[in-house]
Amino acid sequence: MSDSKVQLVQPTTDRFEPRIVGFFCNWCTYLAADLAGTSRVKYAPNIRVIRTMCSGRVDPQFVLDAFARGADGVLIGGCHPGDCHYQEGNYKTLRRVRMLRRVLHEMGIEDERFRLEWISASEAERLKTVVNDMVEKVRALGPLQLKVKPEHLPEEVAA
Amino acid sequence: MTEPAPVPKNEKPKVAFYWCASCGGCEETVLDLDERVLDVVAAVDIVFWPVALDFKRHDVEAMPDGSILAAFVNGAVRTSEQQEMAHLMRRKAKVLVALGSCAQLGGIPGLANLSTRQAVLESSYCESPSTVNPERMFPQTLHKENGFSVSLPELFDTVRSLDQVVDVDYYLPGCPPTPKILWDAVHVLLSGNLPPKGTVLAPDRALCHECPREGTRPEKLTLKEFKRPPHVVIDEETCLLAQGVVCLGPATRGGCEALCPQGNMPCTGCFGPTSRVRDYGAKALSAIASIIDSNDEKEIEQIAQTVPDPVGTFYRYSLPSSLLRRKKIEETVTSDK
Repeated sequence: MSDSKVQLVQPTTDRFEPRIVGFFCNWCTYLAADLAGTSRVKYAPNIRVIRTMCSGRVDPQFVLDAFARGADGVLIGGCHPGDCHYQEGNYKTLRRVRMLRRVLHEMGIEDERFRLEWISASEAERLKTVVNDMVEKVRALGPLQLKVKPEHLPEEVAA
Repeated sequence: MTEPAPVPKNEKPKVAFYWCASCGGCEETVLDLDERVLDVVAAVDIVFWPVALDFKRHDVEAMPDGSILAAFVNGAVRTSEQQEMAHLMRRKAKVLVALGSCAQLGGIPGLANLSTRQAVLESSYCESPSTVNPERMFPQTLHKENGFSVSLPELFDTVRSLDQVVDVDYYLPGCPPTPKILWDAVHVLLSGNLPPKGTVLAPDRALCHECPREGTRPEKLTLKEFKRPPHVVIDEETCLLAQGVVCLGPATRGGCEALCPQGNMPCTGCFGPTSRVRDYGAKALSAIASIIDSNDEKEIEQIAQTVPDPVGTFYRYSLPSSLLRRKKIEETVTSDK
Protein backbone atom coordinates (compact mmCIF):
# COMPACT_ATOMS: atom_id res chain seq x y z
CA MET A 1 0.00 0.00 0.00
CA SER A 2 2.99 2.30 -0.31
CA ASP A 3 1.72 3.57 -3.67
CA SER A 4 -0.63 6.44 -2.94
CA LYS A 5 -2.51 5.84 -6.20
CA VAL A 6 -3.60 2.42 -5.00
CA GLN A 7 -5.14 4.01 -1.93
CA LEU A 8 -7.07 6.40 -4.12
CA VAL A 9 -8.73 3.77 -6.25
CA GLN A 10 -9.93 1.57 -3.43
CA PRO A 11 -11.18 3.97 -0.80
CA THR A 12 -14.83 2.97 -0.60
CA THR A 13 -14.56 -0.41 1.09
CA ASP A 14 -14.02 0.70 4.68
CA ARG A 15 -14.33 4.45 4.42
CA PHE A 16 -17.26 5.84 6.39
CA GLU A 17 -19.86 7.38 4.08
CA PRO A 18 -21.96 9.84 6.09
CA ARG A 19 -25.66 10.18 5.40
CA ILE A 20 -26.64 13.83 5.22
CA VAL A 21 -30.25 14.97 4.98
CA GLY A 22 -30.69 18.25 3.12
CA PHE A 23 -33.78 20.44 3.46
CA PHE A 24 -33.59 22.78 0.47
CA CYS A 25 -35.80 25.79 -0.16
CA ASN A 26 -37.81 25.50 -3.36
CA TRP A 27 -36.82 29.00 -4.53
CA CYS A 28 -33.07 29.01 -4.05
CA THR A 29 -30.98 26.08 -2.81
CA TYR A 30 -33.11 23.50 -4.59
CA LEU A 31 -32.68 25.45 -7.83
CA ALA A 32 -28.95 25.67 -7.14
CA ALA A 33 -28.95 21.86 -6.93
CA ASP A 34 -30.85 21.80 -10.23
CA LEU A 35 -28.33 24.14 -11.79
CA ALA A 36 -25.49 22.00 -10.47
CA GLY A 37 -27.11 19.07 -12.26
CA THR A 38 -27.59 20.78 -15.61
CA SER A 39 -24.11 22.31 -15.39
CA ARG A 40 -22.58 18.93 -14.53
CA VAL A 41 -21.11 20.26 -11.32
CA LYS A 42 -20.18 17.23 -9.27
CA TYR A 43 -20.47 17.04 -5.50
CA ALA A 44 -20.46 14.28 -2.88
CA PRO A 45 -23.40 11.88 -3.31
CA ASN A 46 -23.91 11.58 0.46
CA ILE A 47 -26.71 14.10 0.62
CA ARG A 48 -30.41 13.17 0.38
CA VAL A 49 -32.37 16.25 -0.58
CA ILE A 50 -35.89 17.04 0.59
CA ARG A 51 -37.51 20.03 -1.08
CA THR A 52 -39.49 22.39 1.15
CA MET A 53 -41.33 25.50 0.00
CA CYS A 54 -39.20 27.65 2.32
CA SER A 55 -36.40 27.02 4.79
CA GLY A 56 -38.89 28.45 7.30
CA ARG A 57 -41.02 25.35 6.69
CA VAL A 58 -38.34 23.23 8.34
CA ASP A 59 -39.88 22.39 11.69
CA PRO A 60 -37.23 21.60 14.34
CA GLN A 61 -39.03 18.24 14.60
CA PHE A 62 -37.85 17.44 11.04
CA VAL A 63 -34.24 17.92 12.07
CA LEU A 64 -34.56 15.82 15.23
CA ASP A 65 -36.45 13.12 13.33
CA ALA A 66 -33.68 12.96 10.74
CA PHE A 67 -31.06 12.46 13.44
CA ALA A 68 -33.25 9.96 15.30
CA ARG A 69 -33.68 7.93 12.11
CA GLY A 70 -29.98 7.67 11.42
CA ALA A 71 -28.83 10.81 9.64
CA ASP A 72 -25.23 11.72 10.42
CA GLY A 73 -25.80 15.35 9.50
CA VAL A 74 -28.55 17.78 8.54
CA LEU A 75 -28.11 20.70 6.14
CA ILE A 76 -30.74 23.39 5.70
CA GLY A 77 -30.43 25.53 2.58
CA GLY A 78 -32.30 28.83 2.35
CA CYS A 79 -32.36 32.16 0.52
CA HIS A 80 -29.88 34.86 1.41
CA PRO A 81 -31.14 37.36 4.05
CA GLY A 82 -33.49 39.81 2.36
CA ASP A 83 -34.21 37.46 -0.55
CA CYS A 84 -36.91 35.26 1.00
CA HIS A 85 -39.76 34.53 -1.39
CA TYR A 86 -42.10 34.92 1.60
CA GLN A 87 -40.43 38.09 2.94
CA GLU A 88 -38.97 36.73 6.19
CA GLY A 89 -39.24 32.94 6.35
CA ASN A 90 -35.48 32.58 6.36
CA TYR A 91 -35.13 34.92 9.35
CA LYS A 92 -37.47 32.67 11.29
CA THR A 93 -35.30 29.73 10.26
CA LEU A 94 -32.22 31.54 11.49
CA ARG A 95 -33.79 32.20 14.91
CA ARG A 96 -34.95 28.61 15.33
CA VAL A 97 -31.66 27.19 14.14
CA ARG A 98 -29.67 29.23 16.65
CA MET A 99 -31.83 27.90 19.49
CA LEU A 100 -31.98 24.34 18.15
CA ARG A 101 -28.21 24.25 17.79
CA ARG A 102 -27.90 24.80 21.53
CA VAL A 103 -30.32 21.94 22.25
CA LEU A 104 -28.42 19.60 19.91
CA HIS A 105 -25.17 20.59 21.56
CA GLU A 106 -26.54 19.68 24.99
CA MET A 107 -27.82 16.39 23.60
CA GLY A 108 -24.29 15.47 22.57
CA ILE A 109 -24.68 16.06 18.82
CA GLU A 110 -21.64 17.90 17.49
CA ASP A 111 -22.15 21.37 15.98
CA GLU A 112 -20.67 20.32 12.61
CA ARG A 113 -23.54 17.88 12.07
CA PHE A 114 -26.13 20.63 11.78
CA ARG A 115 -25.69 23.46 9.37
CA LEU A 116 -27.70 26.33 7.90
CA GLU A 117 -26.42 27.88 4.66
CA TRP A 118 -27.74 30.61 2.39
CA ILE A 119 -27.39 29.40 -1.21
CA SER A 120 -29.14 31.26 -4.01
CA ALA A 121 -30.46 29.73 -7.26
CA SER A 122 -27.35 30.79 -9.15
CA GLU A 123 -24.82 29.44 -6.67
CA ALA A 124 -24.27 25.89 -7.89
CA GLU A 125 -20.56 26.15 -7.14
CA ARG A 126 -21.27 27.28 -3.62
CA LEU A 127 -23.64 24.33 -3.15
CA LYS A 128 -20.87 22.01 -4.24
CA THR A 129 -18.39 23.59 -1.82
CA VAL A 130 -20.81 23.49 1.11
CA VAL A 131 -21.91 19.88 0.56
CA ASN A 132 -18.38 18.62 0.02
CA ASP A 133 -17.12 20.50 3.05
CA MET A 134 -19.92 19.20 5.25
CA VAL A 135 -19.47 15.61 4.09
CA GLU A 136 -15.76 15.77 4.92
CA LYS A 137 -16.35 17.30 8.34
CA VAL A 138 -19.01 14.75 9.25
CA ARG A 139 -16.88 11.94 7.86
CA ALA A 140 -14.10 13.05 10.19
CA LEU A 141 -16.53 12.93 13.14
CA GLY A 142 -17.68 9.41 12.25
CA PRO A 143 -21.17 7.93 12.45
CA LEU A 144 -23.59 9.61 14.85
CA GLN A 145 -24.72 6.31 16.39
CA LEU A 146 -27.32 7.50 18.83
CA LYS A 147 -27.36 4.78 21.44
CA VAL A 148 -31.12 4.67 21.82
CA LYS A 149 -32.98 3.44 18.78
CA PRO A 150 -36.72 3.11 19.30
CA GLU A 151 -36.77 -0.57 18.37
CA HIS A 152 -33.95 -1.32 20.80
CA LEU A 153 -35.39 0.48 23.78
CA PRO A 154 -36.42 -2.48 25.95
CA GLU A 155 -33.07 -4.24 25.50
CA GLU A 156 -31.07 -1.06 25.83
CA VAL A 157 -32.19 -0.25 29.34
CA ALA A 158 -31.55 -3.76 30.59
CA ALA A 159 -27.82 -3.08 29.95
CA MET B 1 -54.14 -14.62 29.40
CA THR B 2 -56.00 -16.95 31.74
CA GLU B 3 -59.78 -17.21 31.81
CA PRO B 4 -61.25 -14.24 33.76
CA ALA B 5 -62.92 -15.31 37.00
CA PRO B 6 -66.72 -15.06 37.01
CA VAL B 7 -67.72 -11.68 38.46
CA PRO B 8 -70.56 -11.65 40.98
CA LYS B 9 -73.34 -9.45 39.65
CA ASN B 10 -73.28 -6.72 42.25
CA GLU B 11 -69.50 -6.54 42.58
CA LYS B 12 -68.03 -3.09 42.02
CA PRO B 13 -65.43 -2.51 39.32
CA LYS B 14 -61.86 -2.70 40.62
CA VAL B 15 -59.35 0.13 40.36
CA ALA B 16 -55.64 0.15 41.18
CA PHE B 17 -53.06 2.90 41.64
CA TYR B 18 -49.31 2.54 41.43
CA TRP B 19 -46.35 4.89 41.45
CA CYS B 20 -43.04 4.51 39.69
CA ALA B 21 -40.38 7.26 39.46
CA SER B 22 -42.43 10.19 40.68
CA CYS B 23 -42.64 12.69 43.51
CA GLY B 24 -46.03 11.71 44.91
CA GLY B 25 -47.80 14.75 43.50
CA CYS B 26 -50.06 12.60 41.35
CA GLU B 27 -51.21 10.75 44.48
CA GLU B 28 -52.11 14.18 45.87
CA THR B 29 -54.39 14.67 42.91
CA VAL B 30 -56.44 11.69 44.04
CA LEU B 31 -56.70 13.18 47.54
CA ASP B 32 -57.49 16.60 46.06
CA LEU B 33 -60.74 15.15 44.78
CA ASP B 34 -61.83 16.08 48.34
CA GLU B 35 -65.16 14.57 49.35
CA ARG B 36 -65.65 13.41 45.78
CA VAL B 37 -63.17 10.66 46.60
CA LEU B 38 -66.05 9.14 48.62
CA ASP B 39 -68.13 9.01 45.42
CA VAL B 40 -65.24 7.24 43.73
CA VAL B 41 -64.97 4.73 46.57
CA ALA B 42 -68.74 4.21 46.43
CA ALA B 43 -68.53 3.39 42.73
CA VAL B 44 -65.35 1.29 42.66
CA ASP B 45 -63.24 -0.99 44.83
CA ILE B 46 -59.65 0.22 45.21
CA VAL B 47 -57.71 -3.04 45.26
CA PHE B 48 -54.14 -1.70 45.22
CA TRP B 49 -52.71 1.66 46.25
CA PRO B 50 -49.33 1.39 47.97
CA VAL B 51 -49.24 5.00 49.11
CA ALA B 52 -52.50 4.68 51.06
CA LEU B 53 -53.62 1.06 51.46
CA ASP B 54 -51.88 -2.03 52.75
CA PHE B 55 -52.24 -4.38 49.81
CA LYS B 56 -49.07 -6.10 48.67
CA ARG B 57 -47.65 -7.07 45.34
CA HIS B 58 -48.55 -10.75 45.90
CA ASP B 59 -52.19 -9.71 46.42
CA VAL B 60 -52.19 -8.25 42.92
CA GLU B 61 -50.31 -11.23 41.50
CA ALA B 62 -53.03 -13.51 42.91
CA MET B 63 -55.76 -11.68 40.99
CA PRO B 64 -56.91 -13.09 37.66
CA ASP B 65 -55.46 -11.34 34.61
CA GLY B 66 -57.67 -8.53 33.34
CA SER B 67 -59.74 -8.49 36.53
CA ILE B 68 -58.99 -4.84 37.34
CA LEU B 69 -61.08 -2.36 35.36
CA ALA B 70 -58.49 0.39 35.37
CA ALA B 71 -54.97 0.83 36.71
CA PHE B 72 -53.67 4.38 37.12
CA VAL B 73 -49.89 4.33 37.01
CA ASN B 74 -47.93 7.51 37.63
CA GLY B 75 -44.19 8.09 37.37
CA ALA B 76 -41.52 7.32 34.81
CA VAL B 77 -39.79 3.93 34.62
CA ARG B 78 -36.13 3.92 35.63
CA THR B 79 -35.62 0.80 37.77
CA SER B 80 -36.11 -2.92 37.18
CA GLU B 81 -38.75 -3.00 39.92
CA GLN B 82 -40.79 -0.25 38.25
CA GLN B 83 -40.54 -2.14 34.98
CA GLU B 84 -41.83 -5.35 36.61
CA MET B 85 -44.70 -3.49 38.26
CA ALA B 86 -45.62 -1.78 34.99
CA HIS B 87 -45.86 -5.20 33.35
CA LEU B 88 -47.86 -6.57 36.29
CA MET B 89 -50.35 -3.69 36.20
CA ARG B 90 -50.69 -4.09 32.45
CA ARG B 91 -51.46 -7.77 32.82
CA LYS B 92 -54.05 -7.37 35.57
CA ALA B 93 -55.86 -4.31 34.21
CA LYS B 94 -58.26 -4.03 31.28
CA VAL B 95 -57.43 -0.36 30.93
CA LEU B 96 -54.00 1.08 31.78
CA VAL B 97 -53.92 4.82 32.33
CA ALA B 98 -50.67 6.82 32.41
CA LEU B 99 -51.33 9.37 35.14
CA GLY B 100 -49.33 12.58 35.00
CA SER B 101 -46.39 13.98 33.04
CA CYS B 102 -43.83 11.41 34.21
CA ALA B 103 -45.87 8.42 33.08
CA GLN B 104 -47.03 10.17 29.91
CA LEU B 105 -43.82 11.88 28.75
CA GLY B 106 -41.03 10.96 31.18
CA GLY B 107 -41.41 14.05 33.33
CA ILE B 108 -38.87 15.73 35.57
CA PRO B 109 -37.03 12.45 36.37
CA GLY B 110 -36.60 12.13 32.60
CA LEU B 111 -34.07 14.96 32.67
CA ALA B 112 -31.68 12.32 34.02
CA ASN B 113 -31.46 11.30 30.35
CA LEU B 114 -29.03 14.23 30.00
CA SER B 115 -26.73 12.15 32.17
CA THR B 116 -25.82 8.50 32.71
CA ARG B 117 -26.50 5.99 35.46
CA GLN B 118 -22.90 6.26 36.64
CA ALA B 119 -23.00 10.05 36.80
CA VAL B 120 -26.33 9.96 38.66
CA LEU B 121 -24.91 7.54 41.25
CA GLU B 122 -21.69 9.55 41.59
CA SER B 123 -23.69 12.69 42.19
CA SER B 124 -26.02 11.12 44.75
CA TYR B 125 -23.58 8.90 46.65
CA CYS B 126 -20.28 10.82 46.41
CA GLU B 127 -20.52 14.41 45.24
CA SER B 128 -23.55 15.87 46.97
CA PRO B 129 -22.44 18.34 49.69
CA SER B 130 -24.14 16.46 52.55
CA THR B 131 -22.59 13.09 51.64
CA VAL B 132 -19.53 11.56 53.32
CA ASN B 133 -18.57 8.41 51.48
CA PRO B 134 -14.77 8.01 51.34
CA GLU B 135 -15.05 4.26 50.56
CA ARG B 136 -17.18 5.14 47.52
CA MET B 137 -19.93 2.71 48.46
CA PHE B 138 -22.68 2.38 45.89
CA PRO B 139 -25.97 0.49 46.13
CA GLN B 140 -25.58 -3.10 44.92
CA THR B 141 -28.32 -5.14 43.34
CA LEU B 142 -27.30 -8.15 45.45
CA HIS B 143 -25.53 -8.36 48.81
CA LYS B 144 -24.69 -11.57 50.69
CA GLU B 145 -23.75 -11.82 54.33
CA ASN B 146 -23.78 -14.78 56.75
CA GLY B 147 -25.66 -16.90 54.27
CA PHE B 148 -28.38 -14.28 53.88
CA SER B 149 -28.82 -12.22 50.76
CA VAL B 150 -30.61 -8.95 50.20
CA SER B 151 -31.38 -7.39 46.85
CA LEU B 152 -32.21 -3.98 45.41
CA PRO B 153 -33.77 -3.08 42.06
CA GLU B 154 -31.37 -2.11 39.31
CA LEU B 155 -31.15 1.51 38.17
CA PHE B 156 -31.37 1.85 34.40
CA ASP B 157 -29.19 4.13 32.29
CA THR B 158 -32.21 5.60 30.51
CA VAL B 159 -35.47 6.89 31.99
CA ARG B 160 -38.57 5.88 30.01
CA SER B 161 -42.18 6.96 29.85
CA LEU B 162 -44.74 4.27 30.69
CA ASP B 163 -45.70 3.62 27.06
CA GLN B 164 -42.07 2.88 26.20
CA VAL B 165 -42.34 -0.10 28.57
CA VAL B 166 -45.90 -1.39 28.22
CA ASP B 167 -48.97 -0.75 26.12
CA VAL B 168 -50.90 2.25 27.48
CA ASP B 169 -54.60 2.88 26.81
CA TYR B 170 -55.10 6.45 28.00
CA TYR B 171 -53.08 9.40 29.21
CA LEU B 172 -53.86 11.96 31.87
CA PRO B 173 -51.46 14.88 31.45
CA GLY B 174 -50.17 17.30 34.04
CA CYS B 175 -47.66 17.75 36.81
CA PRO B 176 -49.80 16.81 38.57
CA PRO B 177 -53.07 16.32 36.67
CA THR B 178 -55.75 18.56 38.10
CA PRO B 179 -58.52 16.89 40.14
CA LYS B 180 -60.97 17.94 37.42
CA ILE B 181 -59.01 16.04 34.77
CA LEU B 182 -58.91 12.92 36.97
CA TRP B 183 -62.58 13.22 37.93
CA ASP B 184 -63.63 13.51 34.28
CA ALA B 185 -61.47 10.50 33.40
CA VAL B 186 -63.03 8.35 36.13
CA HIS B 187 -66.47 9.28 34.79
CA VAL B 188 -65.49 8.38 31.24
CA LEU B 189 -64.10 5.01 32.36
CA LEU B 190 -67.17 4.15 34.44
CA SER B 191 -69.54 5.20 31.67
CA GLY B 192 -68.22 2.35 29.53
CA ASN B 193 -68.27 4.73 26.56
CA LEU B 194 -64.53 4.58 26.00
CA PRO B 195 -62.67 6.94 23.65
CA PRO B 196 -60.22 5.52 21.07
CA LYS B 197 -57.11 3.91 22.52
CA GLY B 198 -54.20 6.31 22.96
CA THR B 199 -56.41 9.31 23.71
CA VAL B 200 -55.06 12.00 26.02
CA LEU B 201 -58.00 12.72 28.29
CA ALA B 202 -57.78 16.52 28.14
CA PRO B 203 -58.87 19.21 25.64
CA ASP B 204 -56.93 19.10 22.36
CA ARG B 205 -56.14 22.80 22.04
CA ALA B 206 -53.43 25.18 23.15
CA LEU B 207 -53.43 26.52 26.68
CA CYS B 208 -53.68 30.15 25.44
CA HIS B 209 -57.33 29.49 24.56
CA GLU B 210 -58.23 29.09 28.21
CA CYS B 211 -55.84 31.72 29.60
CA PRO B 212 -57.57 34.83 31.02
CA ARG B 213 -54.65 36.90 29.67
CA GLU B 214 -55.25 35.84 26.08
CA GLY B 215 -56.94 39.11 25.10
CA THR B 216 -53.82 41.10 25.97
CA ARG B 217 -51.57 39.19 23.63
CA PRO B 218 -50.42 41.50 20.84
CA GLU B 219 -51.09 40.58 17.22
CA LYS B 220 -47.40 40.58 16.41
CA LEU B 221 -45.34 39.44 19.35
CA THR B 222 -41.58 39.99 19.26
CA LEU B 223 -38.97 40.08 22.01
CA LYS B 224 -35.47 41.51 22.44
CA GLU B 225 -34.83 39.52 25.61
CA PHE B 226 -36.27 36.54 27.48
CA LYS B 227 -36.71 37.13 31.17
CA ARG B 228 -36.91 34.66 34.04
CA PRO B 229 -39.64 35.06 36.66
CA PRO B 230 -37.30 36.02 39.54
CA HIS B 231 -35.81 38.85 37.44
CA VAL B 232 -38.97 40.73 36.59
CA VAL B 233 -42.02 42.13 38.34
CA ILE B 234 -44.79 40.34 36.49
CA ASP B 235 -47.95 42.27 35.72
CA GLU B 236 -50.97 40.22 36.73
CA GLU B 237 -53.11 40.84 33.68
CA THR B 238 -50.92 41.14 30.61
CA CYS B 239 -49.90 38.16 28.47
CA LEU B 240 -46.76 36.71 30.06
CA LEU B 241 -44.97 36.29 26.74
CA ALA B 242 -45.66 39.93 25.92
CA GLN B 243 -43.85 40.76 29.18
CA GLY B 244 -40.81 38.85 28.00
CA VAL B 245 -41.29 35.82 30.26
CA VAL B 246 -40.88 32.43 28.55
CA CYS B 247 -44.46 31.08 28.76
CA LEU B 248 -45.00 27.83 26.88
CA GLY B 249 -48.77 28.22 26.66
CA PRO B 250 -48.81 28.50 22.83
CA ALA B 251 -47.24 25.03 22.50
CA THR B 252 -48.93 23.30 25.43
CA ARG B 253 -52.19 21.38 25.65
CA GLY B 254 -54.92 23.07 27.65
CA GLY B 255 -57.03 21.45 30.36
CA CYS B 256 -55.41 22.89 33.49
CA GLU B 257 -57.50 26.07 33.16
CA ALA B 258 -54.30 28.14 33.09
CA LEU B 259 -53.50 27.56 36.75
CA CYS B 260 -49.94 28.87 36.51
CA PRO B 261 -50.70 32.05 34.52
CA GLN B 262 -53.55 32.69 36.97
CA GLY B 263 -51.00 32.35 39.77
CA ASN B 264 -48.80 34.89 37.95
CA MET B 265 -46.31 32.30 36.77
CA PRO B 266 -45.57 31.26 33.17
CA CYS B 267 -46.64 27.90 31.76
CA THR B 268 -43.77 25.42 31.83
CA GLY B 269 -45.51 22.89 29.61
CA CYS B 270 -46.53 20.05 31.95
CA PHE B 271 -49.65 19.16 29.93
CA GLY B 272 -47.42 18.28 27.00
CA PRO B 273 -48.21 18.55 23.30
CA THR B 274 -51.50 18.54 21.46
CA SER B 275 -52.31 15.54 19.26
CA ARG B 276 -50.71 17.09 16.14
CA VAL B 277 -47.26 17.36 17.67
CA ARG B 278 -44.76 14.51 17.98
CA ASP B 279 -41.94 16.23 19.85
CA TYR B 280 -43.13 18.76 22.41
CA GLY B 281 -39.79 20.46 23.08
CA ALA B 282 -39.05 21.02 19.39
CA LYS B 283 -42.41 22.67 18.91
CA ALA B 284 -42.08 24.80 22.04
CA LEU B 285 -38.60 25.84 20.92
CA SER B 286 -39.96 26.71 17.50
CA ALA B 287 -42.72 28.87 18.98
CA ILE B 288 -40.41 30.74 21.34
CA ALA B 289 -37.41 31.18 19.03
CA SER B 290 -39.60 32.55 16.22
CA ILE B 291 -40.52 35.63 18.23
CA ILE B 292 -36.91 36.78 18.66
CA ASP B 293 -36.95 40.38 17.49
CA SER B 294 -33.87 40.50 15.30
CA ASN B 295 -32.66 39.57 11.86
CA ASP B 296 -28.99 39.82 12.74
CA GLU B 297 -27.21 36.56 13.42
CA LYS B 298 -25.10 37.87 16.31
CA GLU B 299 -28.00 39.61 18.00
CA ILE B 300 -30.22 36.53 17.55
CA GLU B 301 -27.56 34.45 19.28
CA GLN B 302 -27.38 36.96 22.14
CA ILE B 303 -31.15 36.90 22.59
CA ALA B 304 -31.25 33.09 22.37
CA GLN B 305 -28.64 32.98 25.15
CA THR B 306 -31.13 34.67 27.47
CA VAL B 307 -32.79 31.24 27.68
CA PRO B 308 -29.99 29.80 29.83
CA ASP B 309 -31.01 26.13 29.71
CA PRO B 310 -32.88 25.32 26.49
CA VAL B 311 -33.25 21.57 27.11
CA GLY B 312 -34.44 22.11 30.68
CA THR B 313 -36.80 24.84 29.49
CA PHE B 314 -38.38 23.19 26.45
CA TYR B 315 -38.06 19.52 27.48
CA ARG B 316 -38.70 19.98 31.18
CA TYR B 317 -41.35 17.25 31.22
CA SER B 318 -40.79 15.37 28.00
CA LEU B 319 -37.16 14.43 27.35
CA PRO B 320 -37.65 10.60 27.35
CA SER B 321 -40.56 10.87 24.91
CA SER B 322 -38.71 13.28 22.61
CA LEU B 323 -37.37 12.14 19.25
CA LEU B 324 -33.81 11.95 20.59
CA ARG B 325 -34.92 10.48 23.95
CA ARG B 326 -31.61 11.03 25.68
CA LYS B 327 -28.19 12.59 25.39
CA LYS B 328 -25.88 10.66 23.14
CA ILE B 329 -23.89 8.21 25.22
CA GLU B 330 -20.23 7.78 24.41
CA GLU B 331 -19.38 4.11 23.99
CA THR B 332 -16.76 4.23 26.77
CA VAL B 333 -19.40 5.30 29.27
CA THR B 334 -21.92 2.59 28.47
CA SER B 335 -19.61 -0.24 29.44
CA ASP B 336 -19.85 0.60 33.16
CA LYS B 337 -21.95 -1.76 35.29
